[in-house]
Amino acid sequence: MATGDLALGQEQGALSAQKRVVNDFSINVATVNGSGSQSANSVLLKSIFGMGVPVSGKNLFPSNIAGLPTWYTIRASKDGYVARKRDAEILVALNPETAKQDFLNLPPGGVAIYEENLNLKQFRGDVACYPVPFDKLTASVCPEAKLRKLVKNMIYVGVVAQLLAIDLSVVEHGLKKQFAKKQKVFDLNFGAVKAGHDYAQEKLVKHDPYVIQRMDKTAGQIIIDGNAACAMGAVFAGVTVVAWYPITPSTSVVEATTDLLKKLRVTPEGKATFAVVQAEDELAAIGMVLGAGWAGARSMTATSGPGISLMAEFSGLGYFAELPGVIFDVQRSGPSTGMPTRTSQADLLSTAFLSHGDTKHIVLLPGSVKECFEFGYAAFDLAERFQTPVFVLTDLDLGMNNWMSEPFQYPDKPLDRGKVLTAEDLNRLGGFARYRDVDGDAIGWRTLPGTMHPKAAYFTRGSGHNDSAGYTEKPDEYQAIMDRLARKFENARKAVPAPVIYRNGSSKIGFIAYGTSDFAIRESLDQIKKEQRLDVDYLRIRAYPFASEIHDFVSAHDRVYVVEQDRDGQLASLLKLDLAADQVTKIRSILHYNGLPLDARTITDGFVAKEGL
Amino acid sequence: MATATPAPKVNRIGLPILEYRGGKSTLCAGCGHNAISERIIDAMFEMGVEPERVMKMSGIGCSSKSPAYFMSRSHSFNSVHGRMPSVSTGAILANHQMMMLGVSGDGDTASIGVGQFVHLLRRNLPMIYIIEDNGVYGLTKGQFSATADIGSKLKTGVINDLPAIDTCALAIQLGATFVGRSFSGDKKQLLSMLKAAIAHKGTVMLDVISPCVTFNDHEGSTKSYKFMQENDEPINEVGFVASFEDINVDYDSGQVYDVQMHDGSSMRLRKLHEDYDPTNKAEAVRTLMDAHSNNEVLTGVFYIDTQKPTFIDLLNLVDEPLATLPETVTRPSKTVLETLMHNLQ
Repeated sequence: MATGDLALGQEQGALSAQKRVVNDFSINVATVNGSGSQSANSVLLKSIFGMGVPVSGKNLFPSNIAGLPTWYTIRASKDGYVARKRDAEILVALNPETAKQDFLNLPPGGVAIYEENLNLKQFRGDVACYPVPFDKLTASVCPEAKLRKLVKNMIYVGVVAQLLAIDLSVVEHGLKKQFAKKQKVFDLNFGAVKAGHDYAQEKLVKHDPYVIQRMDKTAGQIIIDGNAACAMGAVFAGVTVVAWYPITPSTSVVEATTDLLKKLRVTPEGKATFAVVQAEDELAAIGMVLGAGWAGARSMTATSGPGISLMAEFSGLGYFAELPGVIFDVQRSGPSTGMPTRTSQADLLSTAFLSHGDTKHIVLLPGSVKECFEFGYAAFDLAERFQTPVFVLTDLDLGMNNWMSEPFQYPDKPLDRGKVLTAEDLNRLGGFARYRDVDGDAIGWRTLPGTMHPKAAYFTRGSGHNDSAGYTEKPDEYQAIMDRLARKFENARKAVPAPVIYRNGSSKIGFIAYGTSDFAIRESLDQIKKEQRLDVDYLRIRAYPFASEIHDFVSAHDRVYVVEQDRDGQLASLLKLDLAADQVTKIRSILHYNGLPLDARTITDGFVAKEGL
Repeated sequence: MATATPAPKVNRIGLPILEYRGGKSTLCAGCGHNAISERIIDAMFEMGVEPERVMKMSGIGCSSKSPAYFMSRSHSFNSVHGRMPSVSTGAILANHQMMMLGVSGDGDTASIGVGQFVHLLRRNLPMIYIIEDNGVYGLTKGQFSATADIGSKLKTGVINDLPAIDTCALAIQLGATFVGRSFSGDKKQLLSMLKAAIAHKGTVMLDVISPCVTFNDHEGSTKSYKFMQENDEPINEVGFVASFEDINVDYDSGQVYDVQMHDGSSMRLRKLHEDYDPTNKAEAVRTLMDAHSNNEVLTGVFYIDTQKPTFIDLLNLVDEPLATLPETVTRPSKTVLETLMHNLQ
């Protein structure tokens, strides 16, 4: 012990000379998949949030039930940056298998908290080490052996809270919310937190610069993951039919939707005003969605890449027969099975043109959990207004990670159920032609099955049809329908969410991106400003088809960098199809596609290299 | 010169049979499918079904074109190949007050669509599912389907060496609650079965042998008119008395299986095979398997269960169609959202 103490003392001298680092660092918690570390990670995240400090969390997990390594990083950022940061300064090493490598990966001056018998200190001397007897502490607070694996994680929360100076009362509050109504579970877990906290207080001498200090930057904010936010969007859109097939990382969209529907949409008589069907596969899921949409229900599914591929044929039917339906695609890394638990934006092109023939779809591109909610309900309005499948493209990073947000606002407009004729309308009109453009908006009127009028019925088909829904192989009739569909798609440009222009100053250079790239770009713009003394403009796309503001933005700049999370520059390609020839040459790409969420440094470095700065 | 034309005969809801007709068939003259369309028209007319209360569903193939040839006053959905079950599931969930009639083929059901078909059966979705079964692909000019019998011969001389899928046996095992087989050429049997089907609540699976006059009606085919006329072996004689008909028929109780249908109608199955019990799944499947070994084509009602809950029952849906529930029911209030937000803070 004596030598240990001496070493500690020396380190303390060296490290305490450093400037304190307040509210600006990342914590990497390395555990074993299936060890129940999620709740501990979540409590720590919410504790930092509870201290008023902007925070974000990212779960880097394997496609595995239990046993493989998993990492959870929590970033505290006084400036409000929520993107992934490449290096985490603080390591909590709870997985013996990866502990040594995780330890070696720490940046110089980093911090390691680990099970004491791992003896990591021997491997390098430029890191502040806090060995903790996790197993012994766990045993002392948890007599029941089978619960120890779970409780052990809470010990680390206590240790970290003490070392970073997070108020124990804030942790307690977070834990209470986590285990609402389960007093025994709370007691056990808070006991573990306290044991870790007390141990750190008594036995560990702080010799690193990282601390959390109270701020007021999270007051009134919520924390939610994108999938739950999409689910809320669907529920506040009044969804009635949900058909799905489980697939990572979209599963929790439907699970959260189902939970909400069970809570909010059961009549006093105990009857359901919704139907959720776990289908036999994604083909059946989208078939049910379109069948329900045809018959007048607000219907949805949620899936990821492989499911999108399976939905291709039906998506073409939805486009051509003009059937509403909402498809949430939580993108993961492809091709093929790819990396199911890693993020990506590589479904954009295949979704925009999903299916054979001349098919194209409205695609909404939320860039925050708030937009997951807003686009979640807007998608249903658009689907019924435009009588077509609408895709909402998020990704694993947005969908499965926790994000801070302003609280969601209640929709300010009633539901738009689109152009539907009733029996009374038919009495007045004497009949109708399903696919005739009577209003000049390229959208026909439809009737729903069950409309009690002899002229209400029409024949829906994916085969060639004329504007009265009759079968046709006549060139002019077929082409007229195809041209009207193209006009309808053009009209959608003005109806979908417009891009957000964050800066449009005098810079000759612009960034364009969508979705989760936003978090890293905003940080990168600050880096570029600080390091290169350069202002870069930035536009975030929020939907396809592209609004005219996007064309204007490209016109106004000499060089436009399209930042995206795929190998082939899919957003850049989609833009190039839309842009004029002289605009196309302005487009350059900054790409990121290793499965990890995009970080600011990748963008900044890529930009500096391409600009030759 | 005015002559008094007799008023056309109308059904119990006051509609003449003309109101149940569809467009002109573009199928081959003599195609079994056309006869089935006629029987559907007759059954719907005689049962007095409101055409606006029916959704006609289909997949892809000759069979799946046929909904265009009956009941123009009903909404219809000709979907994609083999996927009628999923589209139908969605449609009935949206509006379970509707009656759903699906027409598929042997390729559409037993090959490309077998995945969705089996899951439809498991769910006991309330719908009438008709397979117009000719053992051959017509639109692509004469390839075997998965219901073609071993040893049957194509026009080109090719012999089928793979076993047939018995869609009735499959349906019985997997949970359909009304399973039968008929022949497009047997007007009386098919009409009675269709009327009983209309009265049933749950999945009705009817495999109707429907010869393809162009590609599979020759010597050596087991789905030809001639083969059916020679080998059709009814297991029971299907009689049907609708709830609104006031008919009393005397019968020998030992010879008749009387089934009380959901809507108050009754189906009477006069036994032609000794002691055949249409409520016994295992016996039904064994009887079908035995018939295959004897080269018989059994027809009639093989299995009936009027008690099993449908998918709509299991989902415990409100009585109103989900499709037209008002916004006040489907969109939660602002207070609800505020509470949800508060809990996330």
